[in-house]
Amino acid sequence: MSAQVILEVENVVKNFGGLTAVDRVSLQLREGEILGLIGPNGAGKTTLFNVISGVFPPTSGHYRFMGRDITGLPAYKIARLGIARTHQVVRPLSELTVLENVTAGACFGRGNQSLGEAEKTAVGVLGTVNLTEKKDTLAGKLNLPQKKRVELARALAAKPYVLLLDEVLAGLNPTEVSVVLDIIKEIRERGITILIIEHLMHAIMRISDRIIVLDYGQKIAEGTPQEIVNDPKVIEAYLGDPKLAQALVRERGER
Amino acid sequence: MKRVFTSPFLWLGVAFFVVLAAWPMATNDPTLREDLFLILMFITMALSLNIILGFTGYVNFGHIVFFGLGGYMGIYVMSILHWGLFTAMLVGGISASVLAFILGAIILRLRGAYFALATIGINEMMLAFVSNFKPFGSGIGLSLDFGVYKAYGGAGKALWLSFILLAIAALLAFIITFVLKKSKFGLGLMVIREDEDAAMVMGIPTPTFKNLAYTLSAFLPGVVGVLYFFKNGNIEPGEAFNLEMSIEVLVMIMLGGFGTVSGPVIGAALYEEIRSWLIVNPLLQSMHLVVAGILLLAIILFVPIGVVGWIRQRLPLVRRYLE
Repeated sequence: MSAQVILEVENVVKNFGGLTAVDRVSLQLREGEILGLIGPNGAGKTTLFNVISGVFPPTSGHYRFMGRDITGLPAYKIARLGIARTHQVVRPLSELTVLENVTAGACFGRGNQSLGEAEKTAVGVLGTVNLTEKKDTLAGKLNLPQKKRVELARALAAKPYVLLLDEVLAGLNPTEVSVVLDIIKEIRERGITILIIEHLMHAIMRISDRIIVLDYGQKIAEGTPQEIVNDPKVIEAYLGDPKLAQALVRERGER
Repeated sequence: MKRVFTSPFLWLGVAFFVVLAAWPMATNDPTLREDLFLILMFITMALSLNIILGFTGYVNFGHIVFFGLGGYMGIYVMSILHWGLFTAMLVGGISASVLAFILGAIILRLRGAYFALATIGINEMMLAFVSNFKPFGSGIGLSLDFGVYKAYGGAGKALWLSFILLAIAALLAFIITFVLKKSKFGLGLMVIREDEDAAMVMGIPTPTFKNLAYTLSAFLPGVVGVLYFFKNGNIEPGEAFNLEMSIEVLVMIMLGGFGTVSGPVIGAALYEEIRSWLIVNPLLQSMHLVVAGILLLAIILFVPIGVVGWIRQRLPLVRRYLE
């Protein structure tokens, strides 16, 4: 718990007209950890990601990255500083090849590499996500699990300090899920800090060091996976069944 | 960069332009020269439009505005201020780029159909403005004094000179396009074309990239405008800001294959051949725009990737030689 705070969100509010999508959320992301972000649909998880990555500015509140206030900076500046992300609905660059997709990630992210260097980085990252044999395929022609991996590779190629993963496991079958979980762990071992949104409970319980629960835009709980599944507020708002919650923790222990 | 300049495709292309320029000179054939003048002009227009349309994904119906403005500025400095042709070409190119830079800062915030509509509006705005602008001769336009050509060895030689300069401009457009396609900047533009929001999140400063692409795409049309109207000897609003021509250039890109390097070249040459055949055909002579429209529809419906895109898809072996 002594690790340094790399990303600090303080009382962030985001309103869309009359709707408060994110309501005074604060969180601290510590260097090297995997922090899970869960909550029912419409809880404001993706909106929070969009604010942090600069897609739109918050209505109020602040967020600091490596000690620097980055509130309201445009997305490309935040990306350059070292925050990369994936999207819930994949956004492959369809008419470009897989290699070009990932090369572009390396070119313009924190790495800011020349085209030649970026291509080398991209080849390496494609190896990490097991897509080497698809490198000359157009990204639009891949299936969903492969597109998700391209998206992950693209974010990774940027050499970020912090990676925001928005439901990278959704729509994958169990085998694919454990492949991607292994990739995520490997990413963390390289020293990249991860903030991850996920609906797949057993998966997020397995990999997260800590978890934050959002409901109706507000943070309702924060703690280790163990604490979260035992929290009555979380069970009521999200997990539903206390027995299921217990089962999830047991599953974590077994693996 | 080394990889770029050792590409066989680049040198094939350079050879193509050299042959095209040398052919009428070797045969001393003015009719062929005039045909090729139009083809080279359309090639330059199509290649430059491709930078913003094919690479960046912004459909621009107002490309001819840069041709018209460049032409007007060039003819103005030649006829009123008595500057030379080379300076005039530079003035034409730079003023077109400056206009694009200013316009771009405003209209490149628009996306999709809204941007396309704005570019049509700009064309009509420029037409109305120049038609009423006294220094540019209002509706009558400007004419070059015959004496201007004396500095270039008389009217006959001046025609050859403008042809050679145009061939150089076309070659330049080709090289710029190729280098762009192989550069980091070009990759950034293609990412914007594919998904502008993703591009932002990936760290691409999209407003700057788009505006640079737009400014770059405007330069050569400005130069070509000067050459075209220098050769003609006069310029008037209707011919300088002709929306039809904007659309025809767009058809050329779609025909050849947008976002490719050789597509606009092949598309421009093919379209110009079709058009000149139609214009001399007694039955179809006033129908060339109808044909252009049908052609555009057919391409979008059946081969949206154009001739070059189609060949590249079918024959992976030729990809190295056909960018």
